[in-house]
Amino acid sequence: MSAPVTSAGTGETNYLNASHGIGSWLLTRDHKRIGILYLVGISVFFLLGGPMAVLIRAELATPQGDLFSSDVYNRLFTMHGILMIFFFLIPSIPAVLGNFLLPIMIGAKDLAFPRINLLSWYLYMIGGVLTFVSLLTGGIDTGWTFYTPMSTTVAQGQVIITAVGIFIAGFSSILTGLNFIVTIHRMRAPGLTWFRLPLFVWAHYATSIIQILGTPVVAIAILLVGAERLFHIGVFDPKYGGDPLLFQHLFWFYSHPAVYIMILPSMGVMSELVTAFARKRVFGYHFIAFSSLFIAVIGFLVWGHHMYISGQSVVAGAIFSFLTMLVAIPSAVKVFNWTATLYKGSISLQTPMLYALGFIGVFLIGGLTGVMLGTLGIDIHVHDTYFIVAHFHYVMVGSAIMGYLGGLHFWWPKITGRMYNEFWSKISALVIFVGFNTTFFPQFILGYLGMPRRYHMYPAEFQTWNVLSSAGATILGFGYLMPVVYFLWSLKFGAKAPANPWGAKGLEWETTSPPPVLNFATPPIVTEEAYAYETSAPAKEVAVGL
Amino acid sequence: MFPNSPVFPPVSSTLASKVDLLFFFTVGVSILFSVLIVATIGAFLVKYRRRRADETGQEIKGNTLILELGWSIIPLGLVMISFFWGAAIFFETSRPPADAWSFHVYGKQWMWKVEHPEGKREINEFHVPVGQAVKLTMTSEDVIHNFSVPAFRLKMDVLPGRYTTAWFKATKTGTYHIFCDQYCGVDHSKMVGKIHVMEPQDYQKWLVGGPSAGAAVASGAELFVAKACNTCHRPDSSARAPVLDGIFGKPVALVDGRTVPADESYLRESILSPATKIVQGYQPIMPTFKDQVSEEEIVQLIKYIQDLKPAGASKAAPAAAAPAAGGKS
Repeated sequence: MSAPVTSAGTGETNYLNASHGIGSWLLTRDHKRIGILYLVGISVFFLLGGPMAVLIRAELATPQGDLFSSDVYNRLFTMHGILMIFFFLIPSIPAVLGNFLLPIMIGAKDLAFPRINLLSWYLYMIGGVLTFVSLLTGGIDTGWTFYTPMSTTVAQGQVIITAVGIFIAGFSSILTGLNFIVTIHRMRAPGLTWFRLPLFVWAHYATSIIQILGTPVVAIAILLVGAERLFHIGVFDPKYGGDPLLFQHLFWFYSHPAVYIMILPSMGVMSELVTAFARKRVFGYHFIAFSSLFIAVIGFLVWGHHMYISGQSVVAGAIFSFLTMLVAIPSAVKVFNWTATLYKGSISLQTPMLYALGFIGVFLIGGLTGVMLGTLGIDIHVHDTYFIVAHFHYVMVGSAIMGYLGGLHFWWPKITGRMYNEFWSKISALVIFVGFNTTFFPQFILGYLGMPRRYHMYPAEFQTWNVLSSAGATILGFGYLMPVVYFLWSLKFGAKAPANPWGAKGLEWETTSPPPVLNFATPPIVTEEAYAYETSAPAKEVAVGL
Repeated sequence: MFPNSPVFPPVSSTLASKVDLLFFFTVGVSILFSVLIVATIGAFLVKYRRRRADETGQEIKGNTLILELGWSIIPLGLVMISFFWGAAIFFETSRPPADAWSFHVYGKQWMWKVEHPEGKREINEFHVPVGQAVKLTMTSEDVIHNFSVPAFRLKMDVLPGRYTTAWFKATKTGTYHIFCDQYCGVDHSKMVGKIHVMEPQDYQKWLVGGPSAGAAVASGAELFVAKACNTCHRPDSSARAPVLDGIFGKPVALVDGRTVPADESYLRESILSPATKIVQGYQPIMPTFKDQVSEEEIVQLIKYIQDLKPAGASKAAPAAAAPAAGGKS
């Protein structure tokens, strides 16, 4: 192990101050700066897609469609989905935290292909700008799922520009996955065997496999949609001899694994948070590592559970349901493992840990309702209702975003060299948790009552639950704004962060906050398992609170 | 201040209580597990809270294999129960009873057209008798829609270019929502309707009183002549085209060796894309009637063909028994 570093990097050169000027950022090859470029990018798209959700919930507070026309409303929920899924959630943890931390966690100077990493960011931004242009010129109203023949033959609007934007952004995802896999295989520090890797790294390895194998399929689906729309080549529209279900198969073949792209990194963060804030070895390291791979592989075999009543054969539905049940089990066991990690731990409830606990709470609900939806006999009733809207927000927003925020709060001192205000961060974690559940839990009730998704107006008897949900959305909105304020504040006024404010184990805590350009003063050598709290003490904690 | 706010939908079909029971089982198991985990975490947070700034956790000694196997196998068993139970219900929804009455549903932006077995038509309204199995054969005239009656726990996508089917048996009279559950464009949320479940005698009264909604469609018999089907499909000149009398539901041998049932989808495909399936012993000479018949006219033709009985048999009521009142339109 390299000599413990306790200085806070004051006056030393680190990756933030080593070079100045916009050019040094836009042409950087430093994975840490690229992580920050992504942080800015995804935050911009979140601040576009988020208010759309507020507008949607404001409209849904009353049964009538009185705030917007149906056409505008339909474009709002479509763009909300596209921006949040492709331009916020899918990049979020891998492109921000993964980019920043992966090389450091394995003791490397950078990723395997730094220039390709920068290219990934540019592809992401170009895709995002195109989608933004589509938004400014009217957007589309097909739903983020683009079903045919609506999207190919019937829909008005900027289908092609949006499709091209998503197509280009997909390559960003593929290249990042490629970069991560090669890096993990080839650039680990001496002594860092596979089973000594932090679980955050395993999670990103599994995620990268999905990104590389799955994204090309949605790219093909998008190309075919474009071909049919522009040239009337009959792929999906029965009028031209096509099959509408073919689109659904191609689309969901990627889009189901895509949800594992969104959740696996979050689970990786969870393993880091729970071990750090219980100061204990994780329970069942091998299981958690392998379960990420299992989920990545089996996740490619369950896409038809989005299509049980699409006209797909009943037998196919049964096979997909069976496989869906299998993929649920590793996720459940991970939750048990994190719980068991707390046993005989030394637990501290600082903000990142609050997010970890919040994750477990919302993931229980999100995951278990996923099992309900995977059950054929239940899905007939709740398919395409608010039940599914609630489910996917519980796993994508509740779980994935809580993992992202927990990770951001955990590694903020490392990334920026500053501490944020612990009191306000705790308050905002609670506000987010309360706001989130108030927004989305009533939607399960609405879904079982039969309220369809993507409805601009609804029968009056559904109003009470809608009002509750909209009230929750207001609270949640405030909760999300609070970190923007105190994080930005911390950049100027926050206390300087020590190398290891949490007393955590991991190579990233053995270098300065922020790290030097090449990550380590001397390249580390690894001699122990991950999270070896019980056998060797972490560096002294110098932080606020206990 | 707020209107009547139900927490739970009506239980108005034979399927509804089955779905609800399975749902309550999964909810119950979920609550049990969630409470267990949250309580355990709560207890650990208290018992193992950090007492000194430099304190770390303690190693767990002993074999945990039984625990890990247990918490893998028990959840696996529970989700498998959910799978089998759900699959059983799902398979049942795909098998309408033999005595189900056959209705047709057409979805188009942004309305529902319903056709009763004897021909009476409704738009965005649907009258049915209680206690009678109803089979729906559905198609779309444009994009994908979805026919949903939450009170019956009934839902099925409605696609252009093919038929999808669903069935229900209502158990309680009343009026219930029909929703379109697949986003289909600007007025998706207006593509709603009402289904009225009536006592059988009230349904009969309703059936004979009042006009059909929407434009009239020629009968299958009229179309069969108007489109010149009868010039090839005749019981006497059987050399040119297969005889259609009594063909409905029977297996048909094709030139490629396959045998397919002559069901509604087969008949529809034969009208629109006759070269796809050629009957053994015949030439591929039938022209396509794509763009020459609407979906509704195809249904009338299918009903006509369903009624055709082989020469010698009496012209009895069709197998999908329609009520006695009214004649065929």
